[in-house]
Formats: sequence, structure tokens, C-alpha cells
Amino acid sequence: MQTVLSIAFDGIAYGMVLFIISIGLSIMMGLMRVVNLAHGAFAMIGGYLASYAMRGLGMNYAIAIIAAVIGTIVISIPFQILLDRRIYRKSDALTQLLHTIAITFFIIGVANFLLGPTLKSIPLPAALSGPMDIGFRMVPTHRIFVIACGVIVALLLWFLIEKTEFGVRLRASVDNSDMADSLGIRTEWIYAATFALAVGLGAFGGVVGAELMPIEPYYALRYIVTFLVVVSVGGAGSIVGAIAASLLLGFADTTGKYLAPEYGEFFFYLVVILIVFMFPRGLFGRAH
Amino acid sequence: MNAFSKSVTMRFESFPFAQEMLGILSIGLLGLIGYLIFPDDLAFLTRLISVSLLVLSLDLVTGYCGVATLGQAVLYGVSAYVVGNAALAGIADPILLLIFGMLAGILTGLISGVLIARFRGLPQLVLSIALGQLVVALCNKLSSLTGGSDGLAGITPAPVFGIFSFDMYSRTAFVFSLTILAIVFVLLLRFVRSPFGLLCRGIRDDDLRVQMIGARVYPRLVIMYGISGAVAGIGGALNAITAGVVGLDSVGFERSAEALVMLVLGGANNLWGALFGSIIFQIFGHYVSSINPFHWLTLVGLLLIVVVVFVPRGLSHGVAVLWTKLIGREARL
Repeated sequence: MQTVLSIAFDGIAYGMVLFIISIGLSIMMGLMRVVNLAHGAFAMIGGYLASYAMRGLGMNYAIAIIAAVIGTIVISIPFQILLDRRIYRKSDALTQLLHTIAITFFIIGVANFLLGPTLKSIPLPAALSGPMDIGFRMVPTHRIFVIACGVIVALLLWFLIEKTEFGVRLRASVDNSDMADSLGIRTEWIYAATFALAVGLGAFGGVVGAELMPIEPYYALRYIVTFLVVVSVGGAGSIVGAIAASLLLGFADTTGKYLAPEYGEFFFYLVVILIVFMFPRGLFGRAH
Repeated sequence: MNAFSKSVTMRFESFPFAQEMLGILSIGLLGLIGYLIFPDDLAFLTRLISVSLLVLSLDLVTGYCGVATLGQAVLYGVSAYVVGNAALAGIADPILLLIFGMLAGILTGLISGVLIARFRGLPQLVLSIALGQLVVALCNKLSSLTGGSDGLAGITPAPVFGIFSFDMYSRTAFVFSLTILAIVFVLLLRFVRSPFGLLCRGIRDDDLRVQMIGARVYPRLVIMYGISGAVAGIGGALNAITAGVVGLDSVGFERSAEALVMLVLGGANNLWGALFGSIIFQIFGHYVSSINPFHWLTLVGLLLIVVVVFVPRGLSHGVAVLWTKLIGREARL
């Protein structure tokens, strides 16, 4: 029973981290049809910035998170300009893969050069570091914080996309970008804003998930596969899909690691293969 | 196009096996140049040839059929493991080991093809990644067959034809690999211009039309995967025979991603592109990482960004365009 509860709790927490990072990638892939392999690199930059802000500049946790998200968006601007138009929608998948892998290599190399190959920790504030009593058992407070973050991100995104003017324009651009253009929607701005949103979410996830996915230079390449898998299983562009996929895969991975750690990620990818076979468009994906 | 150049082109084409001759001569020449530049590092050139075969195999499915895959190293690595185990079980003849690797590659290729070729686009890409990771996890677990994370060591093949033994300077290994590469490359040059190869190009350009003219797409993709597996399997077998060690990195995601990078760098849908892409990438990597291993990823990232921005269809296409401008006629690649 204890194991089942531990698995459930860790699975949800891990799933929420996957969700926060992957939803950025999912929105980007849904809107721009870009298979952005550099998304993991942006999450990593977020983690590095937060680590530096807290340990180098002595900021507190909340401010460091905000600084990291804004800093990552600023750093991503040159890459956004580089990707612009050459890549959006028009180019073939191979060029996109090459370009975004190139950016990832570049960022890994620079991170390695500037900060070295060691792990960078993000110290947790006292309020989040201890265990917390949730009635029937003690759980790490940080896990609860991560789950809360995931829920809040999901709700805010749902509100942004379904209930605001920006969301209407965004959905119009997703459905038919040429038509949206001719109706007077500035699709370039929608693209730029969505790119910033996606990068920001990635950076946020990188910071709050640093306990589960430690920040080091190869983070960018190590976890991008996982994020891509979550997006594909959930269906590109779908919030509900991303939540479902993240939780499902978070559970699969955590269960596998608790019960049969010597098999590594075997069960995680077995579940992925089964789902791709049953739902090629993802759990909640739409036909394009 | 003026009359003279046209007649030259015609004569060139009427020459029997022109492409094949060109292939053999180029690979012989490249091998000679390599030998002159890196006389003390033939082990590197041997490894380069082995990886080039992987990139060629990737070109068959990705370049010629439009299959998006980031799991090609599975075909390469599984064959390497099979060859390693066969060698440890007492089979020492390198030619026989090579055939073992090829068969293992064909089988792995057919299985991957059956699974991966069912889909297009993102599901296909993710499936190929997932299959790759599944195989990595299995290889790590089945340490009695693969040596786990330590790798499989102690592979000692017998002399080639019983005469040329594998020396510590990798001379035999280099010439052996180069010969195999030349044979495979020439066969592939012919194969991609066969009716089957042309139909595969058709599938890549528009699979619906191919169906409309009465050809079935799925079985052809699976067969192409099998052939690609044979090529990758030979590459993996060469790696096991000449290096004497097989590690987990030979099946891993990084190997697949690098192969894709090399392919797109040189130009997909073109065997010459695949060959030159893998040569350029690996020599670049060899030089840069020997100067400073930490800057290797930064510089290769920059190189690739420059390539994507200025020659988005790969170096071989860029060279072809340049050639057309200089000579004033269509370069045939």
C-alpha cells in the first residue's frame, strides 16, 4: 500500500513536470508545425538562470523563477529570429530537425563552456524543502508545489486559449493561418508571442522540475526525447491531451522505476509504442 | 545547353557502368587521400567508414522513402551485438561474420519497417525513437548477451581469407572496410536507379499517386527497410570486427541523431550526399574535438546552423547548384 501511494504521488509529480515543459512544445508544434528539438535546451537555460540567480545573486525562489523565465525568453529571441520564416510551416521536417538539433548542440556546447559539466542545484526555500502531512501520510512539500504549479498552468492556459481575445486569434492562426492573415490577424505577432509563451513554459518547468530532472549540459538532449514523446502521445496542440499523456507516462515511468529499476525506461517506451499504435494522432489529437 | 556539352554528356552516359566506375574510383581516391592525411590514425578512418554505411542506410529510408526516423542506430547496433556474440562463440572468419551482421540487420530492419512504416510524420518519428530507446533498455538489461554498460569486448576475428591478419595499426581493417564500402556503395548506386528505387522516390514525393498507379506502398517500405537494414548491418558488423568492442553507444539515440545530422548535412535523397556528409562531419569532429573536446558541440552547432541557413538542401545540393552556375549545365547527382 505504501508503495502504491508512493508511486501514485511521485508519478503525479513527475507527470506534472513533464506537462509544464511539454505543453510549451505542444502548443508550438500545434501552431507552427515545428518539431522543435531545442525545447529541452530552453528548459535547461531556465534551470541554469534560476540556479545562478539564487546562488550567485542571492535572489529568493519566487523572484528567481520569474527572472529565469524572462531571461530565457530574452535569450531565445535570436534563435526565434533565426528560425523565423525559414522554418515555420514551410520547410520540410528534416530541415527542421537539423536546425533545431543544431541549436541544441550549440547551447549544450556553450553551457558546457561557461558553466562546466557539473550538476547545478537550485536550492529550495525552507517552506518547500521539508515533508508535509496530508492527513494520511507525509509527502515532500516540493512534490505538492510541483503538482499545484501544473494545475495552475493548465487552468491559466485553458483560460488564455479559450476565453481571451489572444486565444481566439491563436486558434484562428492554428486552424488556417492564411485565412487568419487575410482577416487582419497579425500572424507574425501571434507566432512570436506563442514562441515566447512556449519558451517561458519550458523554462518554468525546467526550474520547478529541477529536483526530478537535474540541470546539467546534456539535459537538453537527454530529456527532449521524453518531451517529444509526451507531445506525440497527447496530440500536438491539445492541453487535455498533454495532461493525460504526461500523467500516464509519468505513472508508467515511475511504476517501472519502482518495481523493476533494472529495466530502465523499458516500460515507459513500451507504453509509448502501444499508445502510438492505438492512437497515431495522439490521445486527444486532431486530424490536420 | 550547347551541342558540345550535350554530346559529352551523351557519351558519358553511353559508357557502360559509368556511375559504378565513378563510385569505385571516388571511394578508392577518397581512401587514398584519407590514408595520406591520417597515416597514423587508420582506426579513425575505419570507424568513419563503418558510420558512413549507417548514414547510407539511413539515406535509403529517409532520403529515398521519406521515412522520418531517429532510431536507425538500432539496425546498426543490434547487428554489431550479433556479430560480437558470434565472434565470442567461436566464429572467427570476418567474411562470415559480415554475413551474420548483414542477416541480423535485414531481420532487424524488417521488424522495424513493419512497425515504423505504418505511420507518417510525427507518430512515425516518435515510434522510431521509442523503439530505439526500448532496444537500448533491453541491451542494458540483457548484460549476458551485451555486456551491459561495460560493452562486449574481446572480439578477435581471424585473418581475412586466412592471409591478411588484423594488425594493431588497423591497416587490414582499413583496406577491408574500404573494399566493403566500395562494393556496397556501387550496388546501392545501381539499386536506387532500379524500378524499385524509383518507385520508392515516388512514394516519398506523393504516396497517394503511387497507390493510384496500382502499387502498394506499405510492403515496399518494409522491403526498403530490410535493404537498409542490410547496409546498416554491414556497417555494424564492420564496427564490431575492426574495433573489437561493441558498446551501448552503438544503438543509442545520440548515434541515430548524429547519423541524421550527417545525412541532412550532405544532402538527403542522394547517396553521394550521404557519403560526403558523413565524411565531412566526422573529419570536422575529429579535428575539433582533438583540439578542444568542449568546443566540439558549439562549433558543430554553428556549422549546422550556417548550413541550414545558406544551403538548406544539403551540401551536395549546394555544390550541384554551384556547378550548374559555373559550367552552365545541369549537374547530374
